[in-house]
Amino acid sequence: MFSNRLNNFTKTVALAALIGTGLSTAALSQSAEEKGFEIAARSDRTDTGFESSEVTAVMTLTNAAGRTTTRELYFKTLERENEDVGDKSLTVFETPRDVQGTALLSHAKILEADDQWLYLPALKRVKRISSANKSGPFVGSEFAFEDFTSTELNKYEYRYSGEDTFDGMTVDVVERTPRYENSGYVRQVSLIDQDVFQVRKIDFYDRKNSLLKTLTLSDYREYEGGVWRAHLLTMENHQTGKSTSIAYSDYAFKTGLADNDFVKGVLRRIR
Amino acid sequence: MASMPAMGGDFDVGASVGTELRTFFEGGTLPGQFDTFQPSLQLEGDVRWQSDSGEWDLVLVPYARIDGQDDRRTHFDMREAFVRWSGDEWTVRAGLAKVFWGVAESRHLVDIINQYDTVEDIDEEDKLGQPMLEVSTIRDWGQLTGYVMPVFRKRTFVGRDGRLRFNGIIDNDLARFGEGNEQNADVDFALRYSHYIGDWDVGLSFFHGASREPRLLASSQPGVLAPFYDDITQFGVDLQYTKDAWLWKFEGIVRETPFETFAAAVGGFEYSFYGITDSGADLGVLMEYQYDGRSEDFQVAAPTIADNDLFVGARLAMNDSQDTDFLGGVVTDLDDGSMSGLVEASTRIGDFWVVELESRFFVNVDNTNLLSVFRNDSNVTLRVTRYF
Repeated sequence: MFSNRLNNFTKTVALAALIGTGLSTAALSQSAEEKGFEIAARSDRTDTGFESSEVTAVMTLTNAAGRTTTRELYFKTLERENEDVGDKSLTVFETPRDVQGTALLSHAKILEADDQWLYLPALKRVKRISSANKSGPFVGSEFAFEDFTSTELNKYEYRYSGEDTFDGMTVDVVERTPRYENSGYVRQVSLIDQDVFQVRKIDFYDRKNSLLKTLTLSDYREYEGGVWRAHLLTMENHQTGKSTSIAYSDYAFKTGLADNDFVKGVLRRIR
Repeated sequence: MASMPAMGGDFDVGASVGTELRTFFEGGTLPGQFDTFQPSLQLEGDVRWQSDSGEWDLVLVPYARIDGQDDRRTHFDMREAFVRWSGDEWTVRAGLAKVFWGVAESRHLVDIINQYDTVEDIDEEDKLGQPMLEVSTIRDWGQLTGYVMPVFRKRTFVGRDGRLRFNGIIDNDLARFGEGNEQNADVDFALRYSHYIGDWDVGLSFFHGASREPRLLASSQPGVLAPFYDDITQFGVDLQYTKDAWLWKFEGIVRETPFETFAAAVGGFEYSFYGITDSGADLGVLMEYQYDGRSEDFQVAAPTIADNDLFVGARLAMNDSQDTDFLGGVVTDLDDGSMSGLVEASTRIGDFWVVELESRFFVNVDNTNLLSVFRNDSNVTLRVTRYF
C-alpha cells in the first residue's frame, strides 16, 4: 500500500511537471498564499492616503435575552503609510456617563505588542497598560481588543480559498491566520468583494477551531480619494447568542491630526 | 448630559448624585464619636465649554458632601474651575485643577500637587482643587510641565464626632506654616517631566513649597492638635516597565524639610491573568513594598504608616457590559504585623446608576502602631450614584 501511494505521488509530480512546461510560469507560480495576500493587500491599500480620520459611533450591546445597552464613543486615527508600523488611534467614551472621558491611546505595532495607555478621568490618571490581552472583550462587547487593534495588513498570513457570492456580490474568500502572539483566533475567513475590494464579512474561529463569531460590515460609503468605510459593523457571537453593533456617523478625513495628538500627554486634556 | 450650541462652541452639562451609607462594625472609642451609621449625600456638577476651534475650553466641577454625622465632613469644594488654551505644542491652564503623577497603586508618593480631601476617604484618592497656573509643552523628547501655585489648600480633617480620626481633633484654624504664619505668604512651584521610551514610562518631578502633609503638634487646648505645614523641597521619580502581562512599578522621592532629608519609595508589580472565565474576566495580582525613611518623631515629621509595609492585592474585572469589578488588598506592617485592608466592588445598573460597595478593615493592630487609633473603625460603605 505504501509503495502504491508513493507510486501515485511520483506520477502526480511527473504530471504536474509536464503541465507546468506547457503553461505560463507566472500564472502557476502564484500560490494560494500569494493570491490571498494580494487580495488582502489590494483591499487594505484602497484607503492608503487617508492621513487621519475622526468619527463618532454608537455601540449597541445585545445580550442573549435581547436586552440592549448603548455607549457613545469617538475615534481618532492617524495613518502611518509604512506597512511595517501600525496606525495610531485614540478611542474616547462619551457615555455611559460614569465613564465619560475614559480613553484608550494605542500605537499599533505589527508583530510586537502595541503600546497602550488608558486614561481614567475621575483620577486624572494616565496608566500604561499591557496589550497582551488581545482576546479579551472590549468594554463588555462582543468585539475583542484585537478586532480593533489588529487590522494591519502584515499582522496576518493569508491563503486564498476560492470565490463565493455574498449579499448579491461576487467575493473572494481569503483565510487569514494571525502572526502576532496571544490571539484568541486560530484563523479568520474573510469575504472581500471583487468590485470595490472591501471586506464584507469575517468568520472568527476560536483556538479550538470552532466558529466563535461573525462580523458583518455593511453600509459602505465612498469618500473623497476612493476611501471606503463601512458604517455598520455587527459582531454576532455564535457561542453565547450575544451581539454588538457599531453604527458610525460620517467620517471626517485629513483633519490635520499629527503625531503630537497621539502622545500620552494629550490624554489629560480629554476630561 | 445635554449638548447644545450656545454662544458658539460646545456646551456640555452633567451631574451626579450619590447616596452613601457607611456602617461601622464597632462603636467609637474616642470621646464624641458616633457609633454605627453614617449616612451621606454627594453632589457633583460638571459644566464644560469648548470653543469651535477647540483651542479654548472652560471647566467647572463643583462638589459638595452633606454628612449626617460629622459636620466637618459636610463640605463644599471646586474640584475644577479653570480656563485652558491648547495649541499644537503648548498648553496653558489657569484656575483650580486636579493633577495625578505616578504609577503605584498602594501609595501615591510622587503625587504632590493637590491637597488630599481626607474627610472623603483615607485612601488618598480624593483631592481638593489646587489653584494654579500650569504651562505645559509636548515635544518629541517628552512632556514638560511647570506649575505656579499661589494659594495653599489645607488638608481636610474629620471633626470631633467623626470616625477614622486621630487621638485628638486636628484644627486647621490653628495651622502654622514654615513660610511664615500666613497661609499664602509664599508661592509653591513644581516641574514635571514625563515620557515613554519603548516599554518604559518615565516621570521626573520637582516641588518646592508648603508640604501637603502636615506635622501634627500639640496645641494649647487639650485634645486639639495644630497642623504645621513645613516648607519643603522634593525630588521624585516614577518608572513603569510594561512587558507582556507584567507591569513593574517604582516611585521614589527625596524630601528636604527644615529638620531632615529623607527618602521614601514604593515598588512592585501587577500581573494579569487574562480570560480566566469563558466570558473573558481578567484577574490581576499586585504586590508592592513601601518604605519611608522619615523620622518617627511627630515633632519632626508628618506621621506615616507606610514606613516598612507590604501591600498584596487582587483585582477582578468581569469585562461585562456593566463594568463589574472587584478589588481587594491588605497592607501589612513588616515590623509589627498590623494590617489594614480594603475590599471594593462596583457595577453599573442600566445606563445611569452605579452601585459600589467598599469595606475598610483593621486587623491585628499593634498598640504602638499609628493605626491603633483606627482599630475599631472597620467599616463597610454602600454607595448608589445616579448620573445625569
